[in-house]
Amino acid sequence: MSGTKSKDMLIFAVLMAVMLVAPFAVYPVFLMKVLCFALFALAFNLLIGYAGLLSFGHAMFFGFAAYISGHTVKVMGFTPELGILAGVACAAVMGLVTGFIAIRRQGIYFAMVTLALSQMVFFFCVQAKFTGGEDGIQAIPRRALFGIFDTANDLNFYYVVLAIFAVGFLIIYRTIHSPFGQVLKAIRENEQRAISLGYAVDRFKLIAFVLSASLAGLAGATKALVFQLASLTDVTWQMSGEVVLMTLVGGMGTVFGPIVGAAIIIWMQRGLAHLGEWVLVIQGIIFVITVLLFRRGIVGELIALGNRFSGKKADEAPAGHAHPAE
Amino acid sequence: MIFELLGVPPQALFGQLLLGLINGAFYALLSLGLAVIFGLMNVINFTHGAQYMMGAFASWMLLQYFGVPYWGALVLAPLIIGLTGIIIERVFISRLYHLDHLYGLLLTFGLALIIEGLFRQQFGSSGLPYTNPLPGGTNLGFMFLPWYRGWVVVFSLVVCLATWFMIEKTKLGAYLRAATERPDLVQAFGINVPRMITLTYGFGVALAAIAGVLAAPIYSVNPLMGSNLIIVVFAVVVIGGMGSILGAIITGFGLGLIEGLTKVFYPEASSTVIFVIMAIVLMIRPQGLFGTPK
Repeated sequence: MSGTKSKDMLIFAVLMAVMLVAPFAVYPVFLMKVLCFALFALAFNLLIGYAGLLSFGHAMFFGFAAYISGHTVKVMGFTPELGILAGVACAAVMGLVTGFIAIRRQGIYFAMVTLALSQMVFFFCVQAKFTGGEDGIQAIPRRALFGIFDTANDLNFYYVVLAIFAVGFLIIYRTIHSPFGQVLKAIRENEQRAISLGYAVDRFKLIAFVLSASLAGLAGATKALVFQLASLTDVTWQMSGEVVLMTLVGGMGTVFGPIVGAAIIIWMQRGLAHLGEWVLVIQGIIFVITVLLFRRGIVGELIALGNRFSGKKADEAPAGHAHPAE
Repeated sequence: MIFELLGVPPQALFGQLLLGLINGAFYALLSLGLAVIFGLMNVINFTHGAQYMMGAFASWMLLQYFGVPYWGALVLAPLIIGLTGIIIERVFISRLYHLDHLYGLLLTFGLALIIEGLFRQQFGSSGLPYTNPLPGGTNLGFMFLPWYRGWVVVFSLVVCLATWFMIEKTKLGAYLRAATERPDLVQAFGINVPRMITLTYGFGVALAAIAGVLAAPIYSVNPLMGSNLIIVVFAVVVIGGMGSILGAIITGFGLGLIEGLTKVFYPEASSTVIFVIMAIVLMIRPQGLFGTPK
């Protein structure tokens, strides 16, 4: 276990080193977008990959936190860190309420309930005054971080976003390797057994759900400041589907899969933006191909390949065959 | 007199109730199809909304390209769309039965994206009109009843009850219910269960297509008409529980009515009321109104 851990940390260190110099080669706003979505996908993966819960409504945390950080910063004059914290706090409370409702069902019902709840949040955002309806909250100012550090400059703000991403990643990494994370995996593999071992399964699920919602909120709140815009797009079910796709493509239940998946999907969306509606079709095709042919995702397949080469017995595959049976 | 008390003119009230009943008919038809498919295949068919939309488009295309009138489309469109469902089941979904149900959800979600994207690419996002095949109506005294709307409610009720009868009271339905419980045992009795699954999927899809044909003259035919509806239908399914056919029908119509009433008395909440009810039902009776606890 400690072997994989130090390997993970090495990969993470290399990733961070690359990301530190990346803005000198790639447009920083694009990189910030990738980082925000990578964090979003990591948060989502915490649920599906380690607790076996497929949330089809994570956009509600992402998008609503974006509105909150946008509103507090633009209208109430919050500094960026306070705006983001407000967004995270809101997402956490929403996670607590919706999680409490959703964990009453398992498996496929859980997915439908989260989807329905997020649609409810969507309609709320359409009607609420502070969200600005179809226009969204535009021209959110990038105030100085802590009142001193200038973030109006994209490059400066990039490093703030990178730091947020790193913190989010480490929180998730720590969580899945803690005893708490082990219990989550036990629940994923066999919920009845976990119950019979005396674990308060619902409480574990709820805590995981709130944590995942908060981190999705962190990603959304940050994204609002990156683009200086919070809009309905971020609360739609399509956005929930996108984060599912990113995680699926990268590899559910792998540490780095969501990052890879987010980078690929964002890169693809940028490259194919001129194709209009075809992007939707292509995303659908990727969904179908991934589900039919490589369910472990890119990173999951690479790990399996590596294990085969080193002659190791196939590692317990990541969520690939989790059975959160109803 | 009671209407003066409520401050709502009866025309508006009954008009909304009728519209609610029509939406309820669509909820019932769609959740019925979802329940039948889920019962046998353990797959939540996310493509259902897209297939409803395809039903509406099929009737539009039949009229536009081949001059087939509404009544012909009502028979042909479900057959055609049901057939595409059979192909989808054979080519894609049948490969996932040995896996977690969640993969079925993800696959059908991907298929829905593809279908919806293709239709948007071809027809744009604005609606296409479909002429009302039953213009006019009658004044019932307390409200004006457009013939077509009355037809939709009656016809969908007939389809729902026929489905219920077929599943609960016929020999074919008995096979179906048996295969839902123990597919291996039914197979051992010499019944071709995989073929039954394929046909069931086609049937569920055809129900969605019927709803789509019925919807075409009321709502404009639009590539996006299914995706928002299907999420509401998911909530309906959670509220009703997928255990009972009759339960799905009652829940569908009932929630449509409640939604219609909300439109009259508190329009701001009309788009969220079903989701709120879902949350309440989950707190009180997690297995759904007609579901059996597992």
